[in-house]
Amino acid sequence: MKILFDLFITFAKMGAITFGGGYAMLPILQREVVEGKHWATDEELADYYAIGQCTPGIIAVNVATFIGRKYAGIAGGIIATFGVVFPSLVIISLLAGVIETFSALEWVKHAFAGIRVCVCVLIFNAVVKLFAKAVTDKKTLCLYVLILAGAAGLNISPAVFVVVAGIAGIILKGITKS
Amino acid sequence: MMIYAKLFWEFFKTGLFAMGGGMATLPFLYDISDRTGWFTHQQLADMIAVSESTPGPIGINMATYSGYLTAGYSGAVTSTLGLITPSIIVILVVATFLNAFKDNKYVNAAFYGLRPASTAMITAAGLVVARVTFFADGVHWKAVVLAVILLLLTNTLKATKKLHPVVWIVISAVAGVAFSF
Repeated sequence: MKILFDLFITFAKMGAITFGGGYAMLPILQREVVEGKHWATDEELADYYAIGQCTPGIIAVNVATFIGRKYAGIAGGIIATFGVVFPSLVIISLLAGVIETFSALEWVKHAFAGIRVCVCVLIFNAVVKLFAKAVTDKKTLCLYVLILAGAAGLNISPAVFVVVAGIAGIILKGITKS
Repeated sequence: MMIYAKLFWEFFKTGLFAMGGGMATLPFLYDISDRTGWFTHQQLADMIAVSESTPGPIGINMATYSGYLTAGYSGAVTSTLGLITPSIIVILVVATFLNAFKDNKYVNAAFYGLRPASTAMITAAGLVVARVTFFADGVHWKAVVLAVILLLLTNTLKATKKLHPVVWIVISAVAGVAFSF
């Protein structure tokens, strides 16, 4: 019980001080989990990130589940994950209520119109970084263009694109080998 | 009660199919918005800004926010639980076969295709935000100017490149109020 409580508190603390996605959490995990608690080694952490990226879901959640499970079994995996999402739940729920209340005010509307410009730039910058890692040859470029056209033009669930792209990856890699 | 079941299911699907971090959930959120009308495209854009400027993983923040807009505080908890449930199940299974999974050639090959697909879907979601922002009714020139300035500051200037996104979000909010966007 004490172990699970410790897991929850440690991961909640990390959720509360990380801004941004799962990658922003890496240095904090190294300090808290590897150097502080010795729940995992640097190598294990690297493995968890690699797998967290190629399994469904949010990377931070995937890594939390991994570490919790390793340290305290299945219950540990679940508790660590609850810990990491707990601060988000509290902060965002409170904030969303406040924002919705004030969103009718003229100056708040202007502020968010300005913020949306920034969001576009942030997404653009994120896409540029992802693109460099994902589109490495002509085949991946074709996939990118086709799926962009499909996602922008057709009203199809993103899940369909994910399944199709996974199969396409296996087929395209298969062709390269033979 | 129905709304919570639906909310859980929609975010369960998102958690199951979104690969590669918080931004990868964005195309799914747009899809949910289009089909259910629980929240608007504009609210989604604001949600991204709030999620980037508050602690916690972006994907979780966006799910909590969407859930709140749909069904209040219990909605926020429901959507977040929906999003993390597939992760927990998949990771608990994968952890058991850790090494086999890591070096599996089919997994690697699938990701050869999934990475460009995920990037393409995030691009498409970005285009939707861009349309609301720059071309809501006619071209919004003030927004275009701000975007160019932000692009330069975040990509070219060494002194400003590494600054946290929250800095840019605050500056943009001030600019929005000052020049009545």
